[in-house]
Amino acid sequence: MLRYTIQRLLLMIPTLLGVAVLVFVLLRMMPGDIVELRFLMEGGPVDLETLATERARLGIDKAMWLQFVDWITGIFVGDFGISMWTGRPVINEIASRLELSLQVAIMATLLAVAIAIPLGTLAALFQDSWIDHLIRVFAIAGLAVPSFWLGMIIILALLTTFNWIPPLTFTPIYEDPVRNLSQLVWPAMAVGYRYSAVTTRMMRSTLLEVLNEDYIRTARAKGVFERVVVGRHGMRNALLPVVTVVGLEFAFLIGGLVVTEQVFNLNGIGKLFVETVTRADYTMVQALVMLVATFFIVVNFVVDLLYAAFDPRIRYR
Amino acid sequence: MTSITTAPGIAYAEPKPRHPLLQFALSQPTGAAGLVFIAVLFVAGFFADIVAPYDPLALDYDTMLARPSWQHWMGTDAFGRDVFSRVIYGARTALAVGFLSSFMGSGLGAVIGVASAYFGGRIDMAVQRFMDILLAFPIIVLALTVVALLGKFPVGGLDVNLILAIAIPMIPKVARVVRSSALAIRQLPYIDAARAAGYGHARIIFRHIAPNVMAPFLIMFTAFIAQAILLEASLSFLGLGVTEPTAAWGLMLSGTSQEFYSQAPWMIIFPGLAISLAVFAFNLFGDSLRDYLDPRFKT
Repeated sequence: MLRYTIQRLLLMIPTLLGVAVLVFVLLRMMPGDIVELRFLMEGGPVDLETLATERARLGIDKAMWLQFVDWITGIFVGDFGISMWTGRPVINEIASRLELSLQVAIMATLLAVAIAIPLGTLAALFQDSWIDHLIRVFAIAGLAVPSFWLGMIIILALLTTFNWIPPLTFTPIYEDPVRNLSQLVWPAMAVGYRYSAVTTRMMRSTLLEVLNEDYIRTARAKGVFERVVVGRHGMRNALLPVVTVVGLEFAFLIGGLVVTEQVFNLNGIGKLFVETVTRADYTMVQALVMLVATFFIVVNFVVDLLYAAFDPRIRYR
Repeated sequence: MTSITTAPGIAYAEPKPRHPLLQFALSQPTGAAGLVFIAVLFVAGFFADIVAPYDPLALDYDTMLARPSWQHWMGTDAFGRDVFSRVIYGARTALAVGFLSSFMGSGLGAVIGVASAYFGGRIDMAVQRFMDILLAFPIIVLALTVVALLGKFPVGGLDVNLILAIAIPMIPKVARVVRSSALAIRQLPYIDAARAAGYGHARIIFRHIAPNVMAPFLIMFTAFIAQAILLEASLSFLGLGVTEPTAAWGLMLSGTSQEFYSQAPWMIIFPGLAISLAVFAFNLFGDSLRDYLDPRFKT
């Protein structure tokens, strides 16, 4: 197990380095750097000298490989540089927004799992009945409804029925839980629907597969209560692929928030990403992409480890 | 498939082959329903000039924010433009972007996947690592970066760079699936035979391997049309996809429509319904096509 863990851990390094190189090069291929964009926005005449000093101040006049080395070595000592647009440390800019996004993501996950496990189980147990069809329509619709539109519909519904909209400013949950939740429950619902749909489908199909196994027939034949057959023999074995989906979707949820945060006007990392990518704020975009990619790769790694821990066949392959 | 065994000596009459489309409709009724809706969308999008009752770009300041009525089935927006007509023209945008980007993404992905499997060794290794890197980006983050990077490049009313931005995140996924199918085929004797006959790499890849990975390719192609429509809507909503005044569903949801939540909810409801129904139809069709073409996945 230890060897497998180390092996997998080492495999993460080239992928992460690749992501770093790719995002670094892509950003610098963009037409117009941040200095040009900013002066363009401010208007008025600009001489080349001002542009040059500004570029020198931000360090984007250096050779590309030098900039890359600076950036990577900075990361190793926990220095992600300063935002080229606001001038504040990247790490502070992200930290203040990550709290919000992470909370929405976690709430959406809890919601999705709480809906998906019972629904997926019901659909599998009553396969091809009207319950199953209803649940499958719910699930396949969840894949079709865009989360940002669902968010707008939620706001619309709140507005027309209660004449109320969620608070617009973020309050941390430890300061005022009611106010915090009354703002963030809605976006969590909007992104959680799709999430629960994916998980419901997975739960249904894996449980169906497991219930066809020989050991389930054996359990039934020896007279085990159906409740125990499904609960102990069936669900336990069906949960592993479901955990995988939950894990992988969680990583993607952070990306999915990019659009939904706009609808609810949430100042999270998704909104930050859209702002910075259009401003060509290199340091911010690099840090955000690395954050999300690292997150995704680590979740992948943890899921693989879980698999190996629960299913020894994978380790010895 | 059910295997039919006949007693020796008894002649077995081959059943009359049905038209494949009818065969599909009979075995997959939900998929057929999806296909019918897709056909409706196609007709609406293709003949938008005839179907739409109004010019989707025509401003009419006398009928701003009009509620749905017999004149304007889905009401009008803040500029007095007919929402129904814009939804119809939006179908044209969604289908064009959806099909072209899905075709581009799954086509490139399939070629990379087959080539990677065929050449194997170091090439395969390098290609797969690069695909891993692309997979580490959330779809929308990758698409947004590409859009910001490439800017706009309109050809005949369509932004080629937008299509490319939507296609790129599909490539690694298609490449992976197609590669694994192609790996199995590469082992088969007829590939060795083709190589022994002295055929070139390109001929073997395109003539001998590619036709045999068509099933996974088609499945992914239809599945990605739905994803492309959603992604186009998201990007347009963020203001980085299709831009005004072109009619696009995602774009109709952004900007002014949010300022008129209570006064003009139809501006929000109908374009979103259009996105959801289109994606729903493609998903239904895609799922059924998968069950039909590849019964191994059926659960």
